Amino acid sequence: MSGAHFVSREPFDPHAVEAMTPQQERYFRASQWQLMWWRFLRHKPAVISGAFLLALYVATLFCEFLSPYGLETRNTEFILAPPQGVRLFHEGRFVGPYVYGLDYRLDMDTLQRIYEPNRLSVQPLRFLCRGTPYELWGLVETDLHLVCPSRDGTFFLLGTDRLGHDLLTRILYGARISLTVGLLGVAVSLVLGIVLGAIAGFYGGVADFLIQRAIEVIRCFPELPLWMALSAALPADWSPLWIYLGITIILGLIDWTGLARAVRSKFLALREEDFCTAATLMGAGSRRVMFRHLLPSFTSHIIASATLSIPGMILGETALSFLGLGLRPPIVSWGVLLSQAQNINVVVLYPWLLLPVIPVVLVVLAFNFFGDGLRDAADPYS
Amino acid sequence: MIQFTLRRCLLMIPTLLAISFVTFGIIKLPPGDFLETMIAEMQSQGESVDPARIAFLRQQYGLDKPFLEQYLTWLWGLCHGDLGWSFEYNRPVSEVVGERLTLSAVLSLATILFTWCVAFPIGIYSAVRRYGFWDHVLTFVGFLGLAMPNFLLALILLYLTNRYLGISVGGLMDPEYLDQPWSWGKIRSVAEHLIVPVVVIGTAGTAAQIRRLRANLLDELNRPYVVTARAKGLPPGRALLKYPLRMSLNPFIADIGSLLPQIASGAAIVSVVMSLPTTGPMLLSALQAQDMYLAGSFLMFLAVLTVIGVLVSDIALAALDPRIRLTGGATR
Repeated sequence: MSGAHFVSREPFDPHAVEAMTPQQERYFRASQWQLMWWRFLRHKPAVISGAFLLALYVATLFCEFLSPYGLETRNTEFILAPPQGVRLFHEGRFVGPYVYGLDYRLDMDTLQRIYEPNRLSVQPLRFLCRGTPYELWGLVETDLHLVCPSRDGTFFLLGTDRLGHDLLTRILYGARISLTVGLLGVAVSLVLGIVLGAIAGFYGGVADFLIQRAIEVIRCFPELPLWMALSAALPADWSPLWIYLGITIILGLIDWTGLARAVRSKFLALREEDFCTAATLMGAGSRRVMFRHLLPSFTSHIIASATLSIPGMILGETALSFLGLGLRPPIVSWGVLLSQAQNINVVVLYPWLLLPVIPVVLVVLAFNFFGDGLRDAADPYS
Repeated sequence: MIQFTLRRCLLMIPTLLAISFVTFGIIKLPPGDFLETMIAEMQSQGESVDPARIAFLRQQYGLDKPFLEQYLTWLWGLCHGDLGWSFEYNRPVSEVVGERLTLSAVLSLATILFTWCVAFPIGIYSAVRRYGFWDHVLTFVGFLGLAMPNFLLALILLYLTNRYLGISVGGLMDPEYLDQPWSWGKIRSVAEHLIVPVVVIGTAGTAAQIRRLRANLLDELNRPYVVTARAKGLPPGRALLKYPLRMSLNPFIADIGSLLPQIASGAAIVSVVMSLPTTGPMLLSALQAQDMYLAGSFLMFLAVLTVIGVLVSDIALAALDPRIRLTGGATR
């Protein structure tokens, strides 16, 4: 018996179930990299760290302009001077940013240099001013600085070192070396890690066995002592630039193992996939399959893990230079600056020599957060 | 189990051989050899250099032989406990290093124990009280610990204790015990001086272990068997400790292999900063003086320490987890 049943009066829309809101449509049509970008933006610490790092790298391009003094400017009358704080008000009156001048005297008992701020000598800072001349990128000759001390005055925001160099200037210039060491080192380790990992994972067999054993042996050595031994072997008569390149290569030479392992396991998993077989059947050579078909499917993972190994390299360079085995003056890096603070007695008397620690820690933290965010974003479908 | 242990020990031999080869390669890496440095030094001091003596020394140290032969001689000596000759101290390396190796081993062991004692409870706590106040605080401290280079931490701690407490924490024992025979007082003094370096060296490792244990335990806590255990009325404490914790222990133990080199690295540089008489400062001075046999034996020692650590962790894993014991699969 056919009973009464409900029939909707609405016109029938066959696409009702599949209709998508504009947001959904945007999401489903987005490319993989677009999805990663959205996913990355959700990780707030990573976004902030990324912006911070970007700002730092841009700053290294303009460090001549940003620093109040020249790299080799020596203020011989102000050796190991303490930081001069910036003030705004003098005796209740607003005078704009200024510092107090330093009075110097030698303590005849301890032979210690003593600097005291002179409350009467108000030295207003100058902005966008003429200072030590320099050549920006070796092209433009100028002497424009963001901030300079007042005429005949001094401005040591972070104090000076034992040769009378302004520490802020040195830290800004040091960023150039310290920040690029990690990038160059990672580039070396990326090339080694990808090529060796790909060979091990794709061909398997003897090549895989040998590469695996090599990785195991390298991983048995503690990183730092091995770095120390290798950089001690760099010839002493090399020019600073060559030493710098040598150090980055050494950093990369030991670091590639982790990356190679990751690449190998990905290759092992992916080489059995259909798209790989299809490419082979269509006549693609093994190099084309490896680098054109397999590698792009996990590029994002590689970028993420490479980013996470940069902080280790920055710390490695800092430690090596701190010990005197890495970069040496006249090259300025944060580790070289810290090597002045090796002796505890020096640190107790002149604690501001420890200040380059702060950029090191900030940069390492930022790279860690940034890498974490990249790693989360690398797998946007999870 | 015995079979597994034996097989694992046999597998160690080629690894050790490869390590010794790499080490010897590093020893030979600097251009020139020690004798050339010595000749240059003597000439700069205005001393005349007798070519016959140089030739004699060269022959005695075997420096005129091909690389492979030198390596084999060195390796052969190594098997007999002869680590080569320290040119700087002019004594056999084994006499020079002596106590330092023991102290390095003690320091590493103490640091591992510290790392576990701290990371274990904190990791469990962070996993159970996820996103709680203390979890956030501990995660942040952990991040700081990861980012802070430990030699700088050592410097800052030295500075702070010196500035505000007026004590010096450097060195390994109170000066009055130096060159004294071992006694309880000396051991206590050493233990007291070990605390700060152990904490400093252990920070980064501890932070990493906490994160790992937390992640592993969180994975396990979401498994259906935990829900079942709870639903059947198992007390929360037992439902946590008996199964999920045991499952998340594996990576913890397998990690000794990567923890040990990290600790050895940290110990080397922290010892330099805090002037501890371990291998670190001597390695540094040996490298600076290009006293390569001495430096090489330190490298060799540190690497062997790691190999043994990995061996111990593999055996411990096999003892804990029948799956590994029966399939004999490598865990790393």
